[in-house]
Formats: sequence, structure tokens, C-alpha cells
Amino acid sequence: MKSREFATVTEQREIASDVYSLRLQTEKIAAEAKPGQFISVYSKDESRMLPRPISICETDRGTGILRIVYRVAGQGTEEFSRLKEGDTIEILGPLGNGFPLKGKKAFLMGGGIGIPPMVQLAKELDCQVQIIAGYRDEQFLTEELSRNGSLYIATEDGSAGTKGNVLDAVRENKLTADIIYACGPRPMLRAVKEYAEKNHIECYLSMEERMACGIGACLACVCQSVEVDGHTHVHNKRICKDGPVFLSTEVELS
Amino acid sequence: MSMSINTKVMLAGVELKNPVMTASGTFGSGEEYSEFYDLGALGAVVTKGVASVPWEGNPTPRIAETRGGMLNAIGLQNPGIEVLAKRDIPYLKKYDTKIIVNVCGKTTEDYCKVVERLSSEPVDLLEINVSCPNVKEGGIAFGQNPKALEAITREVKKYAKQPVIMKLSPNVTDITEMAKAAEEGGADVLSLINTLTGMKIDIHRRTFALANKTGGLSGPAVKPVAVRMVYQAANAVKLPIIGMGGICNGEDAMEFILAGATAVSVGTANFSNPFAAKETAEGIEAYMRKYKVKDIRELIGSVR
Repeated sequence: MKSREFATVTEQREIASDVYSLRLQTEKIAAEAKPGQFISVYSKDESRMLPRPISICETDRGTGILRIVYRVAGQGTEEFSRLKEGDTIEILGPLGNGFPLKGKKAFLMGGGIGIPPMVQLAKELDCQVQIIAGYRDEQFLTEELSRNGSLYIATEDGSAGTKGNVLDAVRENKLTADIIYACGPRPMLRAVKEYAEKNHIECYLSMEERMACGIGACLACVCQSVEVDGHTHVHNKRICKDGPVFLSTEVELS
Repeated sequence: MSMSINTKVMLAGVELKNPVMTASGTFGSGEEYSEFYDLGALGAVVTKGVASVPWEGNPTPRIAETRGGMLNAIGLQNPGIEVLAKRDIPYLKKYDTKIIVNVCGKTTEDYCKVVERLSSEPVDLLEINVSCPNVKEGGIAFGQNPKALEAITREVKKYAKQPVIMKLSPNVTDITEMAKAAEEGGADVLSLINTLTGMKIDIHRRTFALANKTGGLSGPAVKPVAVRMVYQAANAVKLPIIGMGGICNGEDAMEFILAGATAVSVGTANFSNPFAAKETAEGIEAYMRKYKVKDIRELIGSVR
């Protein structure tokens, strides 16, 4: 039986403008979570019916601490940003499939608020880890990322690292890889997919979409799949349940 | 000293252990929620709408939260009746609950094909979705015109082995006219309300929040409208009514039962609380104990 947990906040910090890091003491979720999975976070305000899906940044299996890093994008996340040490919050998880851990020379590509899941992934991969983090301007999580791999930075405004996006950083630093893990906005994923397929690199993309149930029942968060999906037998895979991580050749990013 | 209480209700000859079921489209075919609790806690599970062939549904975004509710425009994505019959019905049969299959279609023939196919399946009731606001053909087109509603009810009844529930749309001027039309066409049970057509604008991106532009509003925000319509329908026809629209707990469910509903469905609340349907059944029992009511049937429609 699945269960929801009332997790206790152990730390909340604003780590960049509108980007918050929240550490939660969980009973089971941190111990069970794999990199690339997410949790549903429920609002205390009954006028907000839907849970917010937020990717897991890192976990400590020994202590049961789970960390999420999220951007305040509306009233739900604004509410979460006001949580203080000792407060409780209802969460469900771990949800979704997560990234497959393979021992190949890897790119871990994160764009904006798609960067956080790369922290735990970098910790768990046993291979040459090259992390390419793309920011608009302000950077965050760079310390955690550089602890578990070589970190390359791209910024849109050129204030740090390569001026441009994650692929510009790959080109500028003449980097190569045998596998790609990516999470970020749709245009970035589209470009990464194209790059991977052109260079015949195995590539896993973590996708995002508006969700309602978070557990595969409501069919709100589908993405277009190349093959017929197992659930509805059309071309719509459920991001919350079949994903959020898909092999790049499995999905269409129009 | 626990008082023995009866929560059993009858719908067209089918006995439910309690009046609580799930609103179509919010619960899949039950499998995802069976990871949280035993589906035997519910009077019935109502599946997501199923057509004669698989439907792709609408483009994303398909949902948007609104204050006290949400808009959806899933567009009835479904695997078609064959997959439901082979995979989902046998799965649900494992649980001690009744099975209600929600049926959708683009034409009268589509609906009849599915209904006929289900005649050989171990399904307890059929719910005919003539009220989905998110598909271009079929759906609500049958549910906003009393003559069309009566005609499709009559056709479906010809092919149905199980009792037929007609699910009504609130997007009409007079719900009693629609309830009477379904009764006239031979419906065994009515369910209401489906969602109210709505719209949300994303002011930051300056576009529609849903790819479909409009969607169906559900959740606590619609409950007063739903209670009013259940009350009106219950007083206009003799058929039993399944009430739904924003039910989150036993107290919400009691409003519908007192207004005239024999059974109730929990929908959007399943998203904010995966245990909502089970807790609603428990909440009804708690209400009965609190007010020392021995039989739920004493309460149905008792507010006049």
C-alpha cells in the first residue's frame, strides 16, 4: 500500500532569487527514492486542490532527509517557500521512474530549475561525470554539483562560463559523452534530443507537464510517444507514471 | 455499544454496500488507487469513459487549477472497449465492489456498440456519458437537447443488458427538462453533475491555460450548483440519482443525500487526497452514528 507522509521541515533557504532549497525529514520516501524521481507536495490551503510535482534534488538514505530545490512560480510554491524549520508538509512519493544508472561516460545536462535532480544523479553514477548546468544568469547548486563531477557552466547573459546554452558549453569545451541525462525547459530538451540523435548518443530526457493526480490515473500529463503506449494504446505516455524520464527516441518533442 | 447501521443502497436492483463511488475520469479503472487502499471500501468504482476504439484525447496542457477547483480538457483519452474488457474489468473483479463502466462515443452507433459489447461482461451498471464538454463530437451534443437525450437513451436501452445510468450536463437552462427526457427514454438511474464549461487565461503568457481553450470545471467550487441540480432533478423524476460535484468528505456527501441522491461520487478530491473516496464512506457512517440514524435510506431526499 502506498502512503502519504507528513514530512517535517529541517531547513529552508533561498539559494537564488525565487529559488528555494527545502530539506524534509521523511519516514520512507528518502530511503526509497532514486535520482530523477519526484514527489507530490500538497498545499495546506484547501482552495488549492492539486499537488505540486517537484523533482528530488538529493537524498540521504541514512538520515531520511530529502531535499527539493524549486522555483516560486505561483501561489502553491509561494506557500511552500514560507515553511520554516519544524513545520510539517504533506508529501507523496517517490513518484515516477527516475534515471537509469549506467556506467558510461556521461553528460548530466540541467537547464534552470531542471538542474536540481542532477545533484543526486551525479552522486550515484559510477562513471566519468560531466555536468553541464545552464542558467539564465544567477547560479545555484554549483558547489554540490562540482563535488561529484566536473562542472561546466553556461549562462544566457554570459556572466559566467560559456555565453549561451548547455550545448554551447559542450562545443566550447570540446566535450564528448556516451550517454546523456537531461532535465530542463522544452526548447533545451528538443535541442539535446536532436544533438544526441545526430551523434548517436543514448539519451534520457526528464519531461515536465501540468499534472493533477501524479499517479497515472487522470491522464492530464501525457507526452507524445513514438510507439503506442501500454496504458491507453494510443501515442500518449503518462509523464507521472511512465516517466518522467524517457529515452529520447521514445518521445516526440514538437 | 456500537449501534448497527445500514449503509446499503439500491440502484436499479443493484445493491451497493455503501453509497460512495468514484466519478468517472478521476480514478482510472481503480488500479492506481488500489495502491492506497482496498477498493472494497467503496460501493462502486466507475471507470473512465470508454469508446469503441482508442481515443488520443486533447493536446496538453490538459488541466489548470482554479480557486477551489480545476479545469480539465483531457478529451476522453481511452484505450477502447477491448482493452478495458480484457485488462480492467478482470482487475476490478478482484475487489468486493460493484463495477460501473462509463461509456462515451461520437455517434449513437458508437455508444450502442460499446453497450452491446459489455452485455457479456461482469459489469453491474453502465453510465452513459452524454455530457463531456471537451470533445467536438458526441459527448455534450447529446446532453443539451432533451429530444436528442431521450432518443439516445432509448437506443442505448435496446442494447443494454445492465441497468443504464444517464450522466447529465449542468450546462443547460433547465436540468429538470433533461432529467425528465432521460426518464422518458427509459433510463434506470441519473447521475449529475458533469463539469461546468469554463476558461482560464494565463496572464503571464497571455494565452489560454488549456490547449483546448475551454475545459470542465470541477471541485468544491461547483458543489452548490450540483446540490441545487440534484435537488431539482430528484423532485422532477422518480429515478434514483447519483449526486456528484465537489464532494470531498462525508459532510459534503450528506448534502447530496439529503437533497435527494441515493448514491454519491467523489471526483476531483481524489487528486488532493488519494484516500478521499474511502474517507467519504467513513464520514457518512460517522454522520449516521452522530445523529443515531440506523438506515441511510431514511435520509435520502429528506430535506424538502
